[in-house]
Amino acid sequence: MIGTELRKTFGRPRTWVTIAVLNALPVLVAVLLRLTDLAPRPGEGPPFLSAVLTNGALFPLAALAIVLPLFLPIAVAVVSGDAVAGEAQAGTLRYLLARPVGRTRLLVAKLVAVMAFVLVTVVVVALVGYAVGSVLFEARPAAGTSVSGTSLTTEELAGRTLLAIGYVAVSMLGVAAFGLFFSTLTDSPLAAALGALAVLVTSSLLFTLDAASPIAPYLPTRYWLAFVDLFRDPVLWRDVVRGLALQGVYVGVLLTAAWANFTTKDVTS
Amino acid sequence: MTAVVSTRGLVKQFGRVRAVDGIDLDVRAGDVYGFLGANGSGKTTTVRMLLGLVLPTRGEVELLGGRMPRAGRRVLPRVGALIEGPAHHRHLSGAANLALLDAAGPGGRRRDRRRRIAEALDQVGLGGVGRRPVGAYSLGMRQRLGLAGALLRRPELLVLDEPTNGLDPQGIAEVRALLLDLHRGGTTVFLSSHLLAEVEQLCTRVGVLDRGRLVLQDELARLTAPTGATVVDTPAPERVRAVLDGRVLAADGGRVVVRGPDPAEVNALLVGAGVPVRGLALQRPTLEEVVLAAAGTSADRVERP
Repeated sequence: MIGTELRKTFGRPRTWVTIAVLNALPVLVAVLLRLTDLAPRPGEGPPFLSAVLTNGALFPLAALAIVLPLFLPIAVAVVSGDAVAGEAQAGTLRYLLARPVGRTRLLVAKLVAVMAFVLVTVVVVALVGYAVGSVLFEARPAAGTSVSGTSLTTEELAGRTLLAIGYVAVSMLGVAAFGLFFSTLTDSPLAAALGALAVLVTSSLLFTLDAASPIAPYLPTRYWLAFVDLFRDPVLWRDVVRGLALQGVYVGVLLTAAWANFTTKDVTS
Repeated sequence: MTAVVSTRGLVKQFGRVRAVDGIDLDVRAGDVYGFLGANGSGKTTTVRMLLGLVLPTRGEVELLGGRMPRAGRRVLPRVGALIEGPAHHRHLSGAANLALLDAAGPGGRRRDRRRRIAEALDQVGLGGVGRRPVGAYSLGMRQRLGLAGALLRRPELLVLDEPTNGLDPQGIAEVRALLLDLHRGGTTVFLSSHLLAEVEQLCTRVGVLDRGRLVLQDELARLTAPTGATVVDTPAPERVRAVLDGRVLAADGGRVVVRGPDPAEVNALLVGAGVPVRGLALQRPTLEEVVLAAAGTSADRVERP
């Protein structure tokens, strides 16, 4: 079942178009930077972008930072919102369940397929970022620079980049959990994706509001950019760990709710 | 006769609407069971409860000897279903759709998947459809593909909801021949339909649903058994009345209904008296008359309270 879901996700053109579009923005930014040489000043614009002109090896991180606030969550919300509701809208859900595919098993397979999509997307963004960074800018993989100003060895930079990719993937898993949960509530994939996006927009908005500061630590988007802390010297683990714990709680609660709802629901689509 | 589908006191309540109201279905091995009912009478909800898609509010469903929905994993691989029209992934070919569906669940070996798909496509007359995406299929072709999906694992029981929807008259005749063929091979068929003619031509047993209640369930042959009257077709109805005084039950133009279960006896009397007779037949109620007598007004009529 997991195999067929993976085949379904990666066998449809839409998945690859989404990934391609997602990569277009960082590439465009890189090209503009190269042509104008106008990098944002340190501390402004997306993280890492200011350093890219001097070290192209940082561009994978800059690319992730560029797509993280909006593009990546939209793509994840659309794919995860489509997971169950898309099958319901197409009518294929009733045939899958009558095949029979156990409801829990179907939900797990959908979750795995969405997770695979998240991981592939994040890794492709990083790889394309690396390729673009090394082609357009002077890559100095021998020694990177930490956000704190000290230098990092190649191994350190590579290891921390991998950690950052993993952290971004976990953050997106939280989005996927919202999408999947809404996807079991409605038969409209659009409504499910919009529901997940509404949560994220609300969260981002409240985060900037001082009056909402008491609940700020519990907002799902609160620690998204904490992956920057992985590049401080020494690594500032506090927000990264909190971010992982927070996403863990969201994912656990939402998936349980999705399971409870889906396994007891009347499939009338 | 073993029960293939049996329900006891099956009830489904959607909010304040009671879609299915305590029905006791009894489908036996070897039946072609016609499940009749107007639109909105609860047919589809019942079919979905049989397959474990909709969970009953009260009552039990037993499918091939297993309690649904718990036994679904064990019994559903032996059931082929067409539920409320076919549904496929539009960007994939028919064969790719069937392969995905086949790979998704248990039952049927992986090795011979390709052969089973080819056979099912041949059975429904789509053998030469090739790699065209389903999005380019006509309605009738999609219906055939849905039927192929139901036949994929050579099921013991076929549950078909309106299987001839969207088919042209030739297609309908083909599907009827296919179902009768499968039935001869030992498949039990549960056919949900609002088309009386379709059911009358195919089915051996009939259940009639009216506003969520099963108002009738019996052998088709018994429902349409002779009424004990003979229909006489004659150009001289008034002379029939004169000869068979007191036995005429009804007259409508040249069509006279006479009490008497033996047309030969009626014929002898009439011919003996010199009354011209163009035709004679045993009177049988049509399925339509039986259903209309059992069920009330159309379920999609909504009267003022």
